[in-house]
Amino acid sequence: MTLFIETLIGGLLAGTMYSLVAIGFVLIFKASGVFNYSQGALLLFSALTLVTFLELGLAFWLAVIVTIVVMIALSIAIERVVLRPLANRNVMTLFMATLGLSFVIEGAAQGLMGSEVRLLDIGLQDNPLFWGDILISEFDLIVAGGATVLVIALALFFSKTRIGISLRAVADDTASAQSIGININRIWQIVWAVAAVVGMVSGMVWGARQGVAFALSLVVLKALPVLIIGGFTSIMGAIVGGLLIGAGEALAETYIGPLVGGGISPWFAYLVALIFLFIRPVGLFGEYKVERV
Amino acid sequence: MSVTPSSALRPAVDSNPLATGSSPLAIGLLLIALILVPFVSSEYVTQVIVMPVLILGLAGLGLNLLTGYTGQISLGAGGFMAVGAYATYALAVHGGIQFFPLAIVLAGVITAAVGWVFGLPSVRIKGFYVMVTSLAAQFFFEWLFLKFPWFYNFGDVPTISLPPMSLFGFDVDGSYVVRYYFTLSLVVVLTWMASNLISSHVGRNWMAIRDMDTAAGVIGIDSKKYKSLAFAISAFYLGIAGALWGFIFLGTTSIGSFQIDRSFQILFIIIIGGMSSIRGNYIGAAFIFLLPLVIDHAAKTFVGDMVSPGFLSNLQKFLFGVLIIVFLIKEPDGIDKLLRQLTARLWRRTPTKKDNERGAQSEPNR
Amino acid sequence: MTDRAISDADVILDIAGVSLSFQGVKAINALSFSVYRHEICALIGPNGAGKSSLLNIINGVYRPESGSLSFNGRSLKKIQPIETARLGMGRVFQNNALFGKMSVLDNVLAGLSRKAQTSFIEHAFRLPRARRESADFRARSERVIAFLDLEPYRDAIVENLSYGIQKRVGLARALVAEPELLLLDEPMAGMNKEEKQEMSDYITDINHKLGVTIVLIEHDISVVMSLSDHVVVLDYGRKIADGDPDRVKDDPEVIQAYLGVVH
Repeated sequence: MTLFIETLIGGLLAGTMYSLVAIGFVLIFKASGVFNYSQGALLLFSALTLVTFLELGLAFWLAVIVTIVVMIALSIAIERVVLRPLANRNVMTLFMATLGLSFVIEGAAQGLMGSEVRLLDIGLQDNPLFWGDILISEFDLIVAGGATVLVIALALFFSKTRIGISLRAVADDTASAQSIGININRIWQIVWAVAAVVGMVSGMVWGARQGVAFALSLVVLKALPVLIIGGFTSIMGAIVGGLLIGAGEALAETYIGPLVGGGISPWFAYLVALIFLFIRPVGLFGEYKVERV
Repeated sequence: MSVTPSSALRPAVDSNPLATGSSPLAIGLLLIALILVPFVSSEYVTQVIVMPVLILGLAGLGLNLLTGYTGQISLGAGGFMAVGAYATYALAVHGGIQFFPLAIVLAGVITAAVGWVFGLPSVRIKGFYVMVTSLAAQFFFEWLFLKFPWFYNFGDVPTISLPPMSLFGFDVDGSYVVRYYFTLSLVVVLTWMASNLISSHVGRNWMAIRDMDTAAGVIGIDSKKYKSLAFAISAFYLGIAGALWGFIFLGTTSIGSFQIDRSFQILFIIIIGGMSSIRGNYIGAAFIFLLPLVIDHAAKTFVGDMVSPGFLSNLQKFLFGVLIIVFLIKEPDGIDKLLRQLTARLWRRTPTKKDNERGAQSEPNR
Repeated sequence: MTDRAISDADVILDIAGVSLSFQGVKAINALSFSVYRHEICALIGPNGAGKSSLLNIINGVYRPESGSLSFNGRSLKKIQPIETARLGMGRVFQNNALFGKMSVLDNVLAGLSRKAQTSFIEHAFRLPRARRESADFRARSERVIAFLDLEPYRDAIVENLSYGIQKRVGLARALVAEPELLLLDEPMAGMNKEEKQEMSDYITDINHKLGVTIVLIEHDISVVMSLSDHVVVLDYGRKIADGDPDRVKDDPEVIQAYLGVVH
């Protein structure tokens, strides 16, 4: 029983890291219907930038702030150069543009800042904590706490601030939002900047755990099953999906793993996602769109 | 009578039965040139430049049928190419087939069946989720062909290469000239078939699914059936291309040749070459395949040894990304469209600006 | 109410008590009327979601919240769009939904898809049966193109053509499959007086010469009155009149809806 709870908690906490990455995708998808393939590249770029500034000797929080500024600048540039010229095109074209963008950002990030693995110390230790007999990782716990704070902050942002409400208006009906004077370009910039900062937080967390290197951009691949299961348009879905995948992976590895010789984790999430695609493709919290002719 | 611009009255060039947008003369010349390749150029050029471009073009054509014509974005091209390669291997090693052409065609059919299965969830759902399903399929195959030793015949390393097989009397691993002509013949036949499909009701149905989705059903098009067909036929082409790539081009292969990068490469080929065009695939393949070689060569010539291979590969990545974005913004119909405009300019007898616009616009997107 | 003494066997399309709402707003409210075979029936009413939505319901794209429909006596409950096409309904969309980058001929050919009997393999290898079917389809398309005077534009790229011609191409595409019932969604929108008269003539031709029953949505009342045999007037999704054009145009409720209170 202890093993079960321990695995479950460990899995849930790990799942929050997946959720964090998935939220970045949800933000942009919700606002514009575009699946931002370059979210992983943005994650890598932000983590590399942070590491570079830390190596240059900046204090931790200063480095974080500078990185945020860089990511905001990048988002504005992306909106101007890539998104605006493609404004009236269909979402598939935009998706392919984000594909190209991911190549641009990865090539630039590693070309400018190097491809070796860098260690990122964000001040969190992976100390074991004990709750009764149950072993919990301190790192995971703090990350989960931080993710919760972030989610609450985002929720407040969307429901209480003017910008947040404008974002929801744009997500709901772009043309109407424009007709009441909402500056779409500014909104895209803000959404991408928020997604980039969320990406940065994810990058920090993942980078601290497994080092900052190219493999970081592959977290996209982990986020996809989360989004399939949770739905692409819901932050709640990203959270639930991440938790489900995290817990599921951990439990599967522990209980089913020994039966098939281990190595379940890499594809377990995808298996579940594939099943979802057959029965409920829009995910637990996703919406079916009404077709008009 | 309502006023219609006179430019609209120019006949479209699709009166040629091949419907490729190219004149029969141009196609004939191209074929002759391709047939002469082994005679006029070196083994290197034939085997390492022309052959891979033909194969990648074929893969592009396969992906294009699904993504360009039917509008279902797929990131699974690499995976289906792998299925074709591994199916060929399984048919040879476990199935005992010795005649290579038979093995490769059957492998194509197997891949088509697999493609059909993966297309099933996509049939009921709209565009974006199709992309997601294809990505899932890609990773599934990457895992599958590594995890189960049966696929590489329980070898020590998970690579596969063909046992001795015959190719119309020749050994499949023998003369490169034989392999080249086999590839060329297969590519020509399959391209001809694709072109026939596109200009039939099948192609029109595919395009209706892409352009009008729900309205397509209203005008009587069975979207489900034709979407499934697109997945299957696309997979058929990709499977054959995969077998050609793995065994005819590379000789020895593994899932490493068919990972997500390959899927991106094929997608880039059709974006840059021109989606929903047949010759665009080969143009795109040439471009995508040769560009890194050109960059490498230029870097070595101009910058010498100062450039690290890591930097070069990042530079290539960066450039590809930029190209994709530029093409999507400026010329979504790819290089194919640019070439059309160019040839229209060259071949008009009195080239005025109006003529150029007319020439470019009067050729239908095929 | 209509005062025709006609038996039910002549009803080709029957709408009974159909309602539809979008997010709480009732677009169609308990609508009932019948369309009689070989007639031109116009559905008029001020702009709003109701009328096109009704066509979408008839075509199986939307499901009504309540009520029922039948075509030739066959219930349209839970029907799929493609089945409505197979039953013999043709549709012209408000936005045409044509292949912009293809020729008029190719667009008209697209309308014959549901009649294709040959498999993809036969087409891939250009086998004789496939070639024969393609030739037959081409001949049928040419006939419809000629019928609608579209020959000069046959090979022209659709997106280069004027809106009026494009609408005719949409009509040709719907017609080539030889439907029994043709649903036209605002066929004259955006046209000038001359073009409207032209389109009217074509619609009349289709009805008289080919015997196709026509249901059309319009809001230009003058055009509709001279063109149609039967008019159904809607106001805020409710039916307010149903019958001969002459009687309907004198109906006080109709006059009030159109000339009275501003919508």
